[in-house]
Amino acid sequence: MSNTINYSPQIVNKNQNTLWSKISIPWTITVVYLLFILILPVSALTTKSLTLGWGKFWEVASSPIAISAYNMTFFTSLAAGLINGVMGSLIAWVLVRYEFPLKKVVDAAVDLPFALPTSVAGLVLATVYSEKGWIGQLFVPFGIKIAFTRWGVFVAMIFISLPFIVRTLQPVLQELEEETEEAAWSLGATEFQTFWRVIFPPLIPPILTGVALGFSRAVGEYGSVVLVASNIPFKDLIAPVLVFQRLEEYDYTGATVIGAVLLLFSLILLLVINLLQQWGRRYATE
Amino acid sequence: MLLSKFSKTWLIAIALIYLALIILIPTITVFYEAFHKGVEPFLTSLQSPDFVAAVQLTVLIALITVPLNTVFGLCTAWVLARNQFPGRALFMSIVDLPFSISPVVAGLMIVLLYGQKGWIGSWFHAKDIQLIFALPGMVLATIFVTLPFVAREVILVLEEMGTDQEEAARTLGAKDWQIFWRITLPNIRWGLLYGVLLTNARAMGEFGAVSVVSGSIIGETATLPIFVEQAYKNYQTEATFSAAVILALLAAVTLVVKEILERYTARKAH
Repeated sequence: MSNTINYSPQIVNKNQNTLWSKISIPWTITVVYLLFILILPVSALTTKSLTLGWGKFWEVASSPIAISAYNMTFFTSLAAGLINGVMGSLIAWVLVRYEFPLKKVVDAAVDLPFALPTSVAGLVLATVYSEKGWIGQLFVPFGIKIAFTRWGVFVAMIFISLPFIVRTLQPVLQELEEETEEAAWSLGATEFQTFWRVIFPPLIPPILTGVALGFSRAVGEYGSVVLVASNIPFKDLIAPVLVFQRLEEYDYTGATVIGAVLLLFSLILLLVINLLQQWGRRYATE
Repeated sequence: MLLSKFSKTWLIAIALIYLALIILIPTITVFYEAFHKGVEPFLTSLQSPDFVAAVQLTVLIALITVPLNTVFGLCTAWVLARNQFPGRALFMSIVDLPFSISPVVAGLMIVLLYGQKGWIGSWFHAKDIQLIFALPGMVLATIFVTLPFVAREVILVLEEMGTDQEEAARTLGAKDWQIFWRITLPNIRWGLLYGVLLTNARAMGEFGAVSVVSGSIIGETATLPIFVEQAYKNYQTEATFSAAVILALLAAVTLVVKEILERYTARKAH
């Protein structure tokens, strides 16, 4: 592993004898582990996509079922991310600023979507939002079916993306100084002006970061959606479920192509999230 | 302070109703569905051989994954927090990558590499060892999706801790492993436990990635989350919700321990 050790020239120079032996063990474990768990699997997917040739890749990637699945995934995740952008911000605000009974429990419950296995989440959402379920039956008079339709996908994506927005915004809200608001207020700003001009601007980067994180999670979500949706193409089939179905049919080409499209999209989103976080940090230090 | 008491109450009410609709009522349903006919059917389902097999497999996968990822997480955290080298930020993003990849795509990658036709899988296949649709593949998929947890938490505490104590110990003649056991480990222990806790919760609860590589054979390659899906598909309501209760309790215990650990690590609201 001598080539990896060269990456830390300063330390090697300082204590050449003792550190050579020490560096090599953690470095070796890290690099070998990453290679077999992450780098080679990603390369396997990339290589398989590339060897298909552009024509074949495009043909599978742009098939009508695939396009409809991307649309379903993209727009439903976006809608879930946006509604959570509003409601998650409200929840974060209420949790940071106000006192009410059982606040600690409510605060901890926000993390449930992180902790609850996705198949259990899908199971309970399918139960509660079905036509006979506690919440689903309330929508029946309006002619809205939630479970096993596109609405079910939407609810599942709201469920799994909510903690991202709340947990991204909460620490920023905690550091927001109430003095600034009081100053604005005492200088004659109305409640609305204080919110819009003083409180809201520094919260834009964390809210957008949270929405992007939640959106990214919703785009890749499989477990909860597969149980709460009917998974029928052109109706409520999302891209990750399509990948799974292709694999079940031993259509490795189909699975690989759609998986590669999803991977590419996740990487782009990751870049966007990183840029948003940098923007937020700049805001915080100014 | 700013808003009138009236609008305050409304904001709290809206937040609580939303949380109730999305999170609280669905979670309560697990327990209602499992117990509304009494404890008897619940206890009976817990004794079915398929359920017991699923629990054993889930625990086994966690027992393999958690120690491996802990060792990897410690090594990676040390590499990233205690060394400066070009490309360090990129390296950090690569370690975090599994969180951005869809679990199904993660499973697909494992199948492509370790399956019969994969670069590594074909080699094992020639020796009659099957990795995919068997325990090794499920462990690999679980390791993939839980990879960043320990590293992420330990990097945070290592950076906070600084190098002063370690350097002092080194000057006084301590050996590397002595420094690790006596200085570094005691300092990072809560952060490390936090990472291990999250790793374990995800390892036991992972569904998507494991589902792709498992083949979902009940009694053989079904973990508890897969058992929930399969039993649900077969309309075994009692078996489904009994297993779901166990997983929901695991989630609840995880959240309680997490709350306690956050007090020690002084990192709230992450």
